[in-house]
Amino acid sequence: MILGFLRAKGSLPAVLALGLAIAAPALAEAPRKDWAVSSFTLDNGMQVVVIPDHRAPIVTHMVWYKVGSADEPPGKSGIAHFFEHLMFKGTTNHKAGEFGQKVAEIGGSENAFTTYDYTAYHQTVAPEALETMMSFEADRMRNLVLTDAVIGPERDVILEERRSRIENNPGALLNEEVDATLYQNQPYRIPVIGWMQEIEQLNRVDATEFYNRYYAPNNAILVVAGDVEPEAVKAMAEKTYGKIARGPDLPPRVRPKEPEQNTKRTVELTDERVSVPSFSKSWLVPSYQTAKDGEAEALDLLSEILGGGNRSRLYQGLVVKDGIASSAGAFFEGTMVDDTSFTVYGGPRGEAGLQQVEEAVDVEIRRIINDGVTQDELDKAKDRFVRSMIFARDNQASMANIYGSTLATGGSVEDIARWPDRIRAVTPEQIKAVAAKYLNPDRSVAGYLLPAKSVEK
Amino acid sequence: MTTSMTTRFRPLVSAATLTLAVLCMLLPAVVAARAEVKIQEVKSDKGVTAWLVEDYSVPIIAMRFLFDGGSTQDPAGKEGLANLMTGLFDEGAGELDSDAFQVRLDDAGAEMRFSEGNDGIGGSMRMLADRQDEAFELLKLAVEKPRFDQAPIDRIRSQIVNGIVANARDPQTQAARKWSEAIYGNHPYARPDEGTEKSLATITADDLRAFHKANFARDNLHVAVVGAIDAETLKKRLDQVFGDLPEKSDLRPVERVEPKLDQTVQVEYPLPQTSLQLIYPGVPRDAPDFLAAALMEHILGGGTFSSRLFEEVREKRGLAYNVSSALANQEHSSALIISTATRSDRAGETLGVIRDVVRKMAEEGPTEAELEAAKKYMLGAYAINNLDSSGAIAATLVDLQTDELGIDYMRKRIDLINAVTLDQVKEVARKLLTAEPAVMILGPKLAEGSKG
Repeated sequence: MILGFLRAKGSLPAVLALGLAIAAPALAEAPRKDWAVSSFTLDNGMQVVVIPDHRAPIVTHMVWYKVGSADEPPGKSGIAHFFEHLMFKGTTNHKAGEFGQKVAEIGGSENAFTTYDYTAYHQTVAPEALETMMSFEADRMRNLVLTDAVIGPERDVILEERRSRIENNPGALLNEEVDATLYQNQPYRIPVIGWMQEIEQLNRVDATEFYNRYYAPNNAILVVAGDVEPEAVKAMAEKTYGKIARGPDLPPRVRPKEPEQNTKRTVELTDERVSVPSFSKSWLVPSYQTAKDGEAEALDLLSEILGGGNRSRLYQGLVVKDGIASSAGAFFEGTMVDDTSFTVYGGPRGEAGLQQVEEAVDVEIRRIINDGVTQDELDKAKDRFVRSMIFARDNQASMANIYGSTLATGGSVEDIARWPDRIRAVTPEQIKAVAAKYLNPDRSVAGYLLPAKSVEK
Repeated sequence: MTTSMTTRFRPLVSAATLTLAVLCMLLPAVVAARAEVKIQEVKSDKGVTAWLVEDYSVPIIAMRFLFDGGSTQDPAGKEGLANLMTGLFDEGAGELDSDAFQVRLDDAGAEMRFSEGNDGIGGSMRMLADRQDEAFELLKLAVEKPRFDQAPIDRIRSQIVNGIVANARDPQTQAARKWSEAIYGNHPYARPDEGTEKSLATITADDLRAFHKANFARDNLHVAVVGAIDAETLKKRLDQVFGDLPEKSDLRPVERVEPKLDQTVQVEYPLPQTSLQLIYPGVPRDAPDFLAAALMEHILGGGTFSSRLFEEVREKRGLAYNVSSALANQEHSSALIISTATRSDRAGETLGVIRDVVRKMAEEGPTEAELEAAKKYMLGAYAINNLDSSGAIAATLVDLQTDELGIDYMRKRIDLINAVTLDQVKEVARKLLTAEPAVMILGPKLAEGSKG
């Protein structure tokens, strides 16, 4: 459900607006009453989570829709994200920009983001303004006015966004194609922002259909974190979101699944802008939603032990001890609806070549597959995960993100509360087992980012 | 999931902001409206002063500190020294070598970070309150007794060199370098923070020790602490961590520098998207018209989705994903910067639109309504932008100290902002925006006559 720590890999195809899912919150050790998270559902099916934090007169208001790019119709890639932009246009009650002006006028901040599995809209404001935010947000859930006049320029904006995130960044271009290779059938093979030629064709009809299908209270989650009481939030939510009629019931999010993967694949990008080569290697693995028997927790801890920071095996082995790598690490993207990816990466340093680094990464993986991990390094990894949840409580937006992303991918409030215990329960044998089961070199996808003039790999 | 999120807006990290805004305080920076943060001034027996906000709702302590100096203090020919040093504080201190230190830090459950800017070296530690003895002890060792062992020096240096080489053909990085030099000339601000392959090769452990001695002292230190700790305990902690540092720093003076305007710097590269940056004169933080300038800048290109530039460039014309302005203030220089990235075949048009918006602001200034809205924004945004976590509060308190704004500034600024008049804002708009800017372009060559 939740990543251990967020770490950037060589080059991400997209930038986060918000720090994401650091780890689950620390509700395991006897929460104080005024910290208790509450959760309830409105009559129209909208789920609500309230996370009180009374340290500063600030509140973070988020609405999460259980729809992301992986839910898009074929040939319409980018519509989820494009639609997210269109939500900032006018409604039947408020002209375009009015909501934004309201937020700005009180010094608030706002934004929105789209991923494979969800789309979220959020504002951070003073508690007095919360009801106003809810009222505007509820309004645009159903009353958006979509015209060709607003759609054209916004599509141009998104094409610029794609150029600046992807075309301007060789690492991002490579990652797109690695994903398209790793996922042979699942929609995660298509970039969240969409393929250029499909974005160019997105239109008002597509946007309207998407809106009518997915934007309804019974497909949304309200998360409010900050200087508020659950009872007050409930009353305000009923007055605003509660007035919206329930939408048609959506079918379960059953998407195309991956076939059995039997090949080792390689994706190479050679680019004039690259001077030093780097590589990544990815595997298809279960997510917190698809995993059974604690495998997701084990994969999370495996990524931490193998490549989660400067105490990890890859960093200590390749960067510190052997001195052959400038970077080396691993990450697991666990908070996903469908099967997800586990990735290792590295880049050479000094006289070392890329192949040498890749072989050394493979050796570290084989060591875990053959010999497992020690109880001590597992305990330390667990400690880092559990304490990161205490640190997460220091920031209401982190807390709101943890709850929103978990619930929007099919998890529950209880899953978050129990996460520390499930992490604590993982054994060294389980780590070894998931490494052996999933990190099979014959079923991996390697991505190589190479300088134009070099033939080395 | 982190690899695949895409958003409506993100902070722009274009080529130009990389150099020019790295250490600059982006505005609106300092000012509080309703947040009632109770700040105590704590002075240790040895005279180390810290600002403290006591808060027990989460069992953690966040400390931030800054030593004035930074990469402007790098000796000529040894550029990159301060930056290299910030990579070495958790690589061995006191009796502990790199490995032993990191193991103990991890066991203590504390997070320690050091970073460097043009004007200072900053540090932070976030710790669990019940593990503070061990955490403060390790911080003391790192701050006072870094070892600078040869093996970690060589390793961190080669990682930095690797990064420099890796960016050697990256057009954004190369353009940022060229722009810095065009704007700041021979001033230390023009130098790359991370140094060069050549300068890094000359740096020895003795250089690091000398730099540490000159820059880590009690008279150029600013400290802020937020969390589960009381004033009496903090007093002892301050002496524990900083008390044995030299009393006086030994910093070389740095001259003030104004950005060189009225020039066009073009880096030609066949990119599908052109990065544009315009640099106008700025206003120093201690100038009487600083807040008037901040309000004007907010109306021009600040805020999230509501500025004049955002409206004209993105909303009306769809020319860019992001366009924004910032007042970039460093210790010895200030500037007003406008940045965007736009489709290359419409870059000339975009530049023209930006110049028109600026011209109109210079000639007419904002409206009364815009000014009122900007004031409300700046009053309300303070808590949200500055006080949403222990670390953010501590960082804000350090900024207030380095800007010499006073411990009661959060309250005072409300009146200061409200007192700004429309005439003052118009005046500052005229003063800053009638200058001929430095225009920086990264992308294919612009068509003739399309430079706005």
